[in-house]
Amino acid sequence: MQQAPHTVKSHKRRLNLKRREAFTGWLFVSPALIGFSIFTFGSMLYSLYLSLTDYNLLSDPNWVGLANYIRAFTEDQYFYPFFGNTIYFVVTLVPIVLVLSLLLAILINKKAGPLTKGYRVALFLPSITSTVAVSMVWLWIFNPDMGILNNFLTAIGFNNPPLWLADPAWSKPALVIMRVWQMCGYYMLMFLAGLQTIPESLYEAAEVDGASVWQKFIRITVPMLSNTTFVVAILLVIEAFNMFESIFIMTQGGPLGSTSTIMYYIYEQGFTNYNMGYASALAWIFFAIVMVITLIQYRFRNEQGGE
Amino acid sequence: MMEKLSLGMSARKKIGNTLYHAFMLILSFIMIYPFVWSLLSSFKQSSQLYGGNPLDMIPRPFTLENYTRLFEVLPFERFLINSVFLSVAMPLCMIAVASLTAYALTRLEFPGRNILFLAFIATMMIPSHVTLIPNYKIIVDMGLINTYAALFLNCMFTGANAFNIFFFRQFFLSIPKDLENAAIIDGCSRLGVFFRIVLPNAKPAIATTAILSFRSVWNSFLWPMLVLNDYDKLTLTVGLKYLKEWEPNWAVLLAGSSLSIVPIVIVFLIFQRHFMASTMNSGFGGK
Repeated sequence: MQQAPHTVKSHKRRLNLKRREAFTGWLFVSPALIGFSIFTFGSMLYSLYLSLTDYNLLSDPNWVGLANYIRAFTEDQYFYPFFGNTIYFVVTLVPIVLVLSLLLAILINKKAGPLTKGYRVALFLPSITSTVAVSMVWLWIFNPDMGILNNFLTAIGFNNPPLWLADPAWSKPALVIMRVWQMCGYYMLMFLAGLQTIPESLYEAAEVDGASVWQKFIRITVPMLSNTTFVVAILLVIEAFNMFESIFIMTQGGPLGSTSTIMYYIYEQGFTNYNMGYASALAWIFFAIVMVITLIQYRFRNEQGGE
Repeated sequence: MMEKLSLGMSARKKIGNTLYHAFMLILSFIMIYPFVWSLLSSFKQSSQLYGGNPLDMIPRPFTLENYTRLFEVLPFERFLINSVFLSVAMPLCMIAVASLTAYALTRLEFPGRNILFLAFIATMMIPSHVTLIPNYKIIVDMGLINTYAALFLNCMFTGANAFNIFFFRQFFLSIPKDLENAAIIDGCSRLGVFFRIVLPNAKPAIATTAILSFRSVWNSFLWPMLVLNDYDKLTLTVGLKYLKEWEPNWAVLLAGSSLSIVPIVIVFLIFQRHFMASTMNSGFGGK
């Protein structure tokens, strides 16, 4: 009986401590919570609301229901071509960068003397610099008459080199070339990080069994890298969908709309034409598509038996 | 017999090695050629640049007129100062918010903690263009257009910083909490523990997030372009856009591009090990 007050007291103290810890916890997360509530969570809901209005920056938004979404799918003659351009960049960039960056990672994972460190730096360099600045440089490289690429091609015997960014048939491949050059180094390092977690003993055992280089690659490297490949694929798809700065600087969506992507179209509708309600609807359609593709990737991954 | 065989093998290995280095050197050359070419071209007269000979690298004569012109057209020296200031100050603010949030989410017990964590993480999946228009309107309504506050708020409270929260949480989970507990028993406050014990021990995580954030701030384009109007507030990356609109001479444009590329390349070369380690960490080593 005599001990009861003590127990109650200590229980109370524990409760108090717990309450204080919870208070501190909420206090510590509150700056981020308030900020994210406005600029991310609130902003998303706001964007959804704006997509159902005719907001144009100058006057207050008026409710128009689903009109913007209907316009995108049925009336807007640019929506499908620009959507097609976006898909073009995704289906070219994702596999090319994925395969090349894996191959580069294998090549620089070789311990072949002091030069290998230099290769790493050189291959990684394009990915740290700004796409805007690099696009300015490539704009000049691709210049049909005076650019160094066509001068080089003419010198080695191509008499009619492509006009690159000036030709609707070559503008997309030109952008892909530039983006592959810029993006590979970054994903190469991600693959390198994955490669370095594969135990050397696996390869040694395979060598004892007389496995060829190709067999080792298919049977050991690829399966052991499946986690990395998954992360890289997700990041790559998102990055390819979001291609914007290179288009903004190098082509402004042209020629003849051949490089205009949905992302660029959102910018144009929102900040050039001030159709911000319509641009918000485009942004949500686009967001939904990227989400579905990401979920499919996760699904695919789970069926493959990954964690 | 055996000796001959091994000799053949070592010769093959040597040839393989040479081929490997030849290939890698060509590849490395392709990767750095545009940078070197652009930097050297920024010291050329336009007549030489417009010749377009890819092998004609060395400026003849060497001229600084492109840079003189660059600083005449737009206040690029101001852009440089702005970029340097922002790419130091913005990552610091991002890290302050992210580390404090991550610490609370890892070490403090409170109801709703896990849901909060998931909510922050989910924002990494939100493409920036969904929040672009509403955030622009919010910034206009707050009267913060054409201020640096618009840049700070955006980087601290969107998906980019959610990654930092995630990264710091992973790091805090991996370090023991004995030291913190000892300090708490000694009567240190939670904030004291955070500043005196947790942060000094989180240097690797700070280095990684600082480098990744530095790079993204230095290169960021669309948002600062939209919210900044005055020339003397622009960053180098945004300044390039206006330069392209105002200046027809390509030698000057390449001078501007070089001015924005060279500083980050220098920082990269100094901290290259950290840059590369950060990128490798950001993929979580495939985990």
